Amino acid sequence: MSAAMRPPPRRTALQWARTNLFATPLDAGLTVILSLGAAWLAWSLIDWAVLQATFTGESRSACKGSGACWALVTARWPQLFTGFYPEGHRWRVAAATLLLLMAAAPFAMRHAKAWTYLLAPAGIVLAFMVMGGAHVLPGVPSEYWGGVFLNLLIGVTGAIFALPIGVLLALGRRSNLPIVKALSVGFIEIVRGVPLITLLFMASVMLPLFMPTGVTLSRLMRALVVITLFEAAYMAEGVRGGLQATPDGQREAAKALGLGPVRTTLLVVLPQALRIAIPALVNSFIGLFKDTTLVFVIGLLEVTGVARQALADYAWQGKDVEAFAFIAAVFWVVCFAMSRFAAALERAPKVKPVQEPA
Amino acid sequence: MSRPPIPIRARIGGRAGLVAQILLLGAVVLLLAWLARNAAANIAARGLASGYDFLGRSAGFDISQHLIAYAPEDTYWRVFLVGAVNTLLVSVLGIVSATALGVLVGVMRVSRNWIARTVATVYVEVVRNIPLPIQILVWYSLMLIAPPPRAALKLGDHIALSNRGLYLPWPQPSTQWLYTLAWIAVSVAAGAVLERWLDRQSRISGVARSFWPGWMLTIIGTAFALTVADNPESWSFPRFHGFDFEGGLVLAPALVALWAALTFYTAGFIGEVVRGGIVAVAPGQGEAARSLGLSDGQALRLVILPQAFRVIVPPLASQYLNLVKNSSLAVIIGYPDLVATFGGTVLNQTGQAIECLSLVMAFYLAVSLTISVLMNAWNARTAAWSAR
Repeated sequence: MSAAMRPPPRRTALQWARTNLFATPLDAGLTVILSLGAAWLAWSLIDWAVLQATFTGESRSACKGSGACWALVTARWPQLFTGFYPEGHRWRVAAATLLLLMAAAPFAMRHAKAWTYLLAPAGIVLAFMVMGGAHVLPGVPSEYWGGVFLNLLIGVTGAIFALPIGVLLALGRRSNLPIVKALSVGFIEIVRGVPLITLLFMASVMLPLFMPTGVTLSRLMRALVVITLFEAAYMAEGVRGGLQATPDGQREAAKALGLGPVRTTLLVVLPQALRIAIPALVNSFIGLFKDTTLVFVIGLLEVTGVARQALADYAWQGKDVEAFAFIAAVFWVVCFAMSRFAAALERAPKVKPVQEPA
Repeated sequence: MSRPPIPIRARIGGRAGLVAQILLLGAVVLLLAWLARNAAANIAARGLASGYDFLGRSAGFDISQHLIAYAPEDTYWRVFLVGAVNTLLVSVLGIVSATALGVLVGVMRVSRNWIARTVATVYVEVVRNIPLPIQILVWYSLMLIAPPPRAALKLGDHIALSNRGLYLPWPQPSTQWLYTLAWIAVSVAAGAVLERWLDRQSRISGVARSFWPGWMLTIIGTAFALTVADNPESWSFPRFHGFDFEGGLVLAPALVALWAALTFYTAGFIGEVVRGGIVAVAPGQGEAARSLGLSDGQALRLVILPQAFRVIVPPLASQYLNLVKNSSLAVIIGYPDLVATFGGTVLNQTGQAIECLSLVMAFYLAVSLTISVLMNAWNARTAAWSAR
């Protein structure tokens, strides 16, 4: 029996530690220093955030001891999640959140039915109607929407409307038609070449100048227009990767079957390309969701804006670290979960196996 | 392996393609014309000025940090330059420190040591999944609750940190520095010449050479020059006096916070780029190098790293570009970068949104273009190397 065929010998914990922790003297030193450092860091963090912390109170005067003071977070809990939406109507924020999540769900699935994608824009429009009132419920202007909900609203709306534009841009970039190609490349490269913040400033001060006289868009709408176009340029690059990874043989086979260029693209190339692009698109959505914490610079009260407003209040002055640490924790949980999900998609088999008839 | 040329008819897409393209171009031109007409009408209605004449006018406000000379009487164009230099300053600082930390993290991610691997993984997963604006705000809040100057945190004798900023030693202008710099230049040149000569000898003789002699010469020479220069005449050291530190270089809290946040955030991404590059080199390459009799160090230096570099450089360049763009988040904590000065204060003073923002965007596009041109040149060079 050759060595390769023998079952591997069972390793004890000691052997594992030998190869993974103490292989050489240098390794052993590294292990000791790093574990001590990590343990000290973890302990200080727990000590500050939990053991020595204050959790409730009406103002910073309630904060005792040397630990964190989460009183700001607990006192402003509803605002951090729903902004300054009228108190009796917060169920509408919950309903809109649900609608947004349902609208986004098919995009996270590899084998969702085609019609579910078409419902996404409808879900978003419905969410806007629930929030705004749509003449059925009492009207609440978008200035009162805010908190984590607003981050979600901007992220999901931007991503879903950006996807079709991104697909068109990606197809345009790979097109043989020179004008189409030049326009697509120009748009993608310019948008990707400048920071989002300059585009947001554009939305806030330049977009009103470009509107016909008498037409005004709400702050939220202006931000959404710019964020959708911004995200479209990034999604276009993800879709382009998918298009490049789709084998040329597929296109040729479709042509041989007598399909025209439009049907080849829509029925053969795009379904495969998008499936390959899903992990890249999810990652791009994570990026967008993180970027939504920036829209407070143009006066929208997403969660960072709510926190900053609370901190400007004399009662909570100086509790910045706790407020931002809390937001960091919320985003970390959501983004980490999504990134694990994208990684799992990347490992999953690319194409659903064909079921043989029994 | 070149593709067959696309026939000209297919390239313009036949008659239908041509018509469609002309229609598309027409639509884009019409859209732009409509936007321009709206803008002209709105600008006239609001009595705003247009054109870039305002660049020559005096700005009238001060900027807390400027590397190039600046006074409130200076022009708006000068403000643009000051802001651009501040953006480049924090970008260069961030690129250097993020690269150092990122390479460390990337190497730790593929380490044999379980603790090193785990610490690096936790680090990457934490920094990459928290929005950068929030990280900047956390660092800035930490800077503001740092101890006051009289209780400043000291690192050694010459570096201190307080809620007024980070204090560092700074070279004093003196003729001695000319000698020091000349000495360093000579050490670098001598080291490089020795390296080249050893390389040539080893290629001719076919005998493996050791890696160190040339660069050791450079390091020892430079260290010697700096040791000689380490005296109160050539350095200005921060000293606590009265209420604050005097002398040395002070980095304002906003700059320190921005630098820290950009470093820790980008290092997470660079770590993954470096890990990807090392993993991409087939394991057989290292084994083959070892079986040819190369030492561990030689295998790493001559076989693995050159191949890993080819994979690392393009995504690394795009991380650098992201860092430059992300430095524009300076505006949320008041570091006077290009966006905060020119896209903020100047825009508010003049009301000329289109002009101000177009200049700011042109600056970032120019930086993007420069980085991608440099990267393409680098790629072409490595491609030539590997073809050799």
